[in-house]
Amino acid sequence: MSLRHGGLSPLQRYVGRRLAVVLPTLLGMSFLVFSVASLTPGDPAEEYAQRVTQRPPTAAELAQARHELRLDRPFAVQYVDWVAHAVRGDLGKSFFTRHSVAAEVRHRIPFTLQLAVPAALLSLVIAMAVGTVSAFYRNRPLDQVVRVLSLAGASMPSFWLALLLVIGFSVRLRLFPVAGRQDGLASLVLPVAALSLPSAAVLSRFIRSTLLEVLGEDYVRSARAKGAREVAVLTRHALRNSLVPVVTAFGTSLGHLLAGTVVIESIFAWPGLGTLTLDAIHHRDYPMLQAFILFAGLIVIVINLVVDVSYAVIDPRIRPGRRAVPGAD
Amino acid sequence: MTAPVINLEATRLEAAAPGRRLLRGLAQDRTARIGLVLVVVFAGAALLAPVLATRDPDVIDLVHKFGAPSRRHLLGTDHLGRDEWARILYGARLSLGTAVVASLAIAAVGITVGVLAGYLGGWVDGVISRIVEVLLSFPGFLLALAVTGILGPGLRNLLMVMVFVSWAGYARLVRGLIVAERSKPYVESARATGVSDLRIVSRHLLPNIMSPVIVLTTLDMGAVLLGLAGLSFLGLGVQAPTSEWGAMLSEAKTYIGDAPQLMLYPGGSIFLMVLAFNLLGDGLRDTLDPRTALGSAKSRSRRRRPAPSCAKRTI
Repeated sequence: MSLRHGGLSPLQRYVGRRLAVVLPTLLGMSFLVFSVASLTPGDPAEEYAQRVTQRPPTAAELAQARHELRLDRPFAVQYVDWVAHAVRGDLGKSFFTRHSVAAEVRHRIPFTLQLAVPAALLSLVIAMAVGTVSAFYRNRPLDQVVRVLSLAGASMPSFWLALLLVIGFSVRLRLFPVAGRQDGLASLVLPVAALSLPSAAVLSRFIRSTLLEVLGEDYVRSARAKGAREVAVLTRHALRNSLVPVVTAFGTSLGHLLAGTVVIESIFAWPGLGTLTLDAIHHRDYPMLQAFILFAGLIVIVINLVVDVSYAVIDPRIRPGRRAVPGAD
Repeated sequence: MTAPVINLEATRLEAAAPGRRLLRGLAQDRTARIGLVLVVVFAGAALLAPVLATRDPDVIDLVHKFGAPSRRHLLGTDHLGRDEWARILYGARLSLGTAVVASLAIAAVGITVGVLAGYLGGWVDGVISRIVEVLLSFPGFLLALAVTGILGPGLRNLLMVMVFVSWAGYARLVRGLIVAERSKPYVESARATGVSDLRIVSRHLLPNIMSPVIVLTTLDMGAVLLGLAGLSFLGLGVQAPTSEWGAMLSEAKTYIGDAPQLMLYPGGSIFLMVLAFNLLGDGLRDTLDPRTALGSAKSRSRRRRPAPSCAKRTI
């Protein structure tokens, strides 16, 4: 089998195959958004021209606006044109600000990452620690307390948690700013906490139950039978063998974290992508919305790809080419 | 909303008397019992809102704004002098009502599509499975935001969005269950005696796969409620003057310094409601899927995808 594909390693072939699925998906998604956007009532060119001139536009001004927004051609041409520009990194002009969409998105991405990356790492660290401890002390008082707390955390609306944190730590204790981004770490603390805690709660429950499942396997019994200490059983056998599902769950939670930034950014008036997207939704700024969907799609695809490839690193039994790879067909 | 990866295949074996098993499980499981009580309390509050609320939730009374709790206003009044107790009760109607309606619609669409894919197989299955795979790989809330952005805000659009982003999980579960069930002797003998496909599906297959679907619906209900409240909080769902918990929270946000108590009631209600569905769903799953119990995992096949499900969320 590998002879036919000379040159390429199984992993390369595998990534190639994933990309072959991914690109049509992205294209299909952008087409869907594009067509639905053009079907919705309301003329973006008219709204745009009115914003520019501050009065109902004349026919000439309307035509000018259509031309400027690339809306004066048939739908199919518009779409192909958009794709052709998009692959070159040009995502068009905002219907609202008239600025380049790509430049605006590039400007906002770092702010969102400042929240998302620490939140992701924090949630993983908390979840690993809490989940493992909980599994180690299963059904003992500590585990019971942790389970109640993590279920509460998993049921907590992140936007409510954020507001509670603001009341407690900003309004009452005046430890952190209520909203807005400032230099230094103080303004990061509350948004990152609100973003990571619910995520950590969900993940820790998952880690606990995965560990408990693995602890029922034969090799764990063998390890115990040969006299391994419970800590060693847990860390060396159970934890290692539960890494694959845990990494998958972490990948999923990253996607949800990205969605969560939209809500959290709006609460903390954080100048990231989420705020940009909400503004785009309120202004019906379709090119901006398209860009966000494209960006989110790319991120999710990259996460999935990294997760899938990491299987092979974590578990030698799952190697592309040796047997079917999860998700690839 | 996204990938409700639940391992429920085992429950199939217990499907002989799903209704009775569900009830017995609920009676025995402490967490499920707490969840059920909470759900019943909130459902009762929603149904009896006109009786329990002594005030009109929408009457503005600026003289008595930010009022403290009193016999007249059980939970005090909000920034427009409206009765908070009445607003929470009527909010339960809207928040819980939309979550239930949305969940039923989601389940109906997902079951139908899943049955089509699983029963017909072939290219139908291929196409559906591919769409499901794509939808499930995206975080539901991101998808919901995108679609809301295009359709525009409002309750009707909100429901459509929720169905659009959530049906895939049901379709995948049902498809898998149907595929496993389809070649069983009882289905073959039904087919051999000339029973029509429609009847095989409705009378033989569906009843046998219902309990996992019920568990998924319960677990999913919390996520749906959270998603609906979240979109309303962002101003993309139910709009501000209406008493819906997410929208109320959004209004209260402005007065976070002066009247923090106004955030407590709607936020706490959302939290308790989601918690209730998670407790109930977890309890149901544990009763219906004996394999999640510690020590009985031996029979499990080794899986690479996450199998045991917990409370899930999308934002």
